Amino acid sequence: MTYTSPNHPNATQQAEAAEVAVPVSGEVALQAAGFTLDYATSRESTDILNLRDSYGLFIDSKLEEPGSDTLATLNPATGERIADFTLGSADDVNRAVVSARQAREEVWVPMPAAERAKYIYRIARLLAERSREFAVLETLDGGKPIKESRDVDIPLASAHFFYHAGWADKLDYAFVGRQPSPVGVVGAIIPWNFPLLMAAWKLAPALACGNTVVLKPAETTPLSALLLAEVLQDAGLPPGVVNIVTGGPDTGAWLVEHRGLDKLAFTGSTSIGKNIQERIAGRTTRLTLELGGKAANIVFEDAAIDQCVEGIVNGIYFNQGHVCCAGSRLLVQESVADLVIEKLKRRLGTLRVGNPLDKNTDLGAINSQVQLEKITSLVEAGVDEGAELYQPDCQLPAEGYFFKPTLFTNVSQSHRIAKEEIFGPVLSVLTFRTPAEAVEKANNTAYGLSAGIWTEKGSRILWMTEQMRAGVVWANTFNRFDPSSPFGGYKESGFGREGGRQGLLPYVDLEPAGVLV
Amino acid sequence: MDATGLEERAASLTTRSIKTSSKRAALELAVSCMDLTTLEGADTAGKVHSLCAKALRPDPTNPEIPPVAAVCVYPTLVPTAVEALEGTPVKVASVAGSFPAGLGPLEARLEEIRWATAAGADEIDIVLNRSAFLSGHYSLAFDEIAASKEVAGEAHLKVILEVGELGSYDQIRKASMLATAAGGDFIKTSTGKIASAASFPTALCMSEAIRDIAERTGRQVGLKLAGGIRTAKQAWHYLVIVAETLGADWLTPRWFRLGASSLLNDVLMQHAKLSTGRYQRPENFTVV
Repeated sequence: MTYTSPNHPNATQQAEAAEVAVPVSGEVALQAAGFTLDYATSRESTDILNLRDSYGLFIDSKLEEPGSDTLATLNPATGERIADFTLGSADDVNRAVVSARQAREEVWVPMPAAERAKYIYRIARLLAERSREFAVLETLDGGKPIKESRDVDIPLASAHFFYHAGWADKLDYAFVGRQPSPVGVVGAIIPWNFPLLMAAWKLAPALACGNTVVLKPAETTPLSALLLAEVLQDAGLPPGVVNIVTGGPDTGAWLVEHRGLDKLAFTGSTSIGKNIQERIAGRTTRLTLELGGKAANIVFEDAAIDQCVEGIVNGIYFNQGHVCCAGSRLLVQESVADLVIEKLKRRLGTLRVGNPLDKNTDLGAINSQVQLEKITSLVEAGVDEGAELYQPDCQLPAEGYFFKPTLFTNVSQSHRIAKEEIFGPVLSVLTFRTPAEAVEKANNTAYGLSAGIWTEKGSRILWMTEQMRAGVVWANTFNRFDPSSPFGGYKESGFGREGGRQGLLPYVDLEPAGVLV
Repeated sequence: MDATGLEERAASLTTRSIKTSSKRAALELAVSCMDLTTLEGADTAGKVHSLCAKALRPDPTNPEIPPVAAVCVYPTLVPTAVEALEGTPVKVASVAGSFPAGLGPLEARLEEIRWATAAGADEIDIVLNRSAFLSGHYSLAFDEIAASKEVAGEAHLKVILEVGELGSYDQIRKASMLATAAGGDFIKTSTGKIASAASFPTALCMSEAIRDIAERTGRQVGLKLAGGIRTAKQAWHYLVIVAETLGADWLTPRWFRLGASSLLNDVLMQHAKLSTGRYQRPENFTVV
């Protein structure tokens, strides 16, 4: 058979390329190939959303008309206004608490626990059914990549309701030998980093244990909670069992001050957490706090380095680093430090920063202008204190709030970037020589929320876990969550646990078995 | 290697969405990197002729489709393929060295390589001696590959690790390092003769090994994925894994191969679909 040219330019090119000895260096081969794999802009449509222009509060199962005092919530990826929401007043907070108390006394506590479970199941299913809508809204309002809201936030929120629905009529088995009863009216104040998920973390155990709730979403991300209000209506949840009062710091403060609360659950910054604890001193209101962190991600020389690099990236750049348990301090054994840093830098180069609604985006928008300024100033402090800054050469969108994935080397324990929570995509790399030194440095922090350990040696994982003063310790993985696993902090990272059997405890009063309540 | 982390990363790479124009170019690349293969006891000169014709003009109706990189046959069919492909850019690859088990006497295996190269094979696909490797006789496995490289001479040596028999990603990485250090120009996943073959995590594991070798020694080693690759979609996913791990430097027939037989027609079908916007039926594409 003779070969007749198939009109293909590559054919001759290929023949030539095969004859010429191809040099090892990539550059030439790349040109010869002339091929790059372009990813499509694959933007999730926002058509699925049916947003109002202005939102009121959700009290007594009614989505009220917008109040007199409103604020706009912005899309952090563009800086554009999405909708207005109401800044709840002291009176609004009072109406919500009164409504919750009435619902508790008249409906929710008298109801058989198995019936309460049905409502919680219904919420879980409705969330799952409307998951795409929630994912798009969460990304639009908060700036996180759609792949995270789609694959993590919304499924986990739904899973939390499913999990706790199961507990509702089995609480006697959670606390063997004791008789659990509801605490009462719960005030829940949640942050902007996982708006819907944090709402689920508070609502699901509270409802399962027979409490009623006043939920106060964060100022920059109120919309998914307001969409959740529709789900609660559709689930037929009795009026007043959950009330949602949007607003700013004042609204939060009024809720904290309200004497009608039996329990407060707060997730947010350590400074506000401390303030809340001071404010409720002397009251019988129970409190759980889930605050900041400065987690150590500890890499031993025998770790599976490539998977570990993925874990480090996931640990700090997940949700732009707006994660209280983020692995923001990388402690790497000196013998592999150069290798790990080199691989990390290369991996940073492949992270895609951009429109959060694009399915290919790895890093979305910083949640707000305020947060962007805070990150910028701490990064400047890092440079001033002598740490070495590395950022990949990537283009940031012209509009909106974005920050490049950032890596600091030559960091020492005393640097601000090694001590303070940055809550952004900024990783500080420190080194250690022995396991004992790793433990000492890892625990040498005001916080104690989480830690990561990377080693192929099982016995070392167990030993390190015992040494860590952190509420969650991940081994050869990071940022992995499950409703059945308790989450919470040591030291200034707060107290109380969320999730699992332990997470029910803050929402029940325990009496000795046999005593009627 | 950490299996959970590796599999998670591989899975996340399969969620990338590729531009339509890029998808078409990727399919053309997949064709140009393909080792069109027939490795059956029933292979005849007629079958190989037909394979070579397909290799040169995978889709006669579409000039955008390049010829494949090589045809891959058993040694005794090399002369047939060489004759059919003379003067064309399509290479002739031959399996050799007691494929697929690799458990013939070493001298016989080396002789088979010599025979195939003398018959005109441009590329030789041998298998790693898993019997030696799995029993810890690494230097034996190493020496055999080194000896094969020596007798293969100018021909490119691809070393098949048969990943499905190695048992863990740690072993796959170790075998990748061993085969490369012993002189293999390419490492290849599978023979296609056992059920467990190329997979996304395996491709990622081997890509990472190749990348680390290039970084530490400056030597570029090729990657051939084979076994169970049947659809255009799989080909896209594999290209993404290679592109994100090794970079565009590897996305050429010189450094990347897809060993397959039934993949080609699916790629052609998807290419035609992307070009015309109409779904195609399999009968429109010629069988071998």
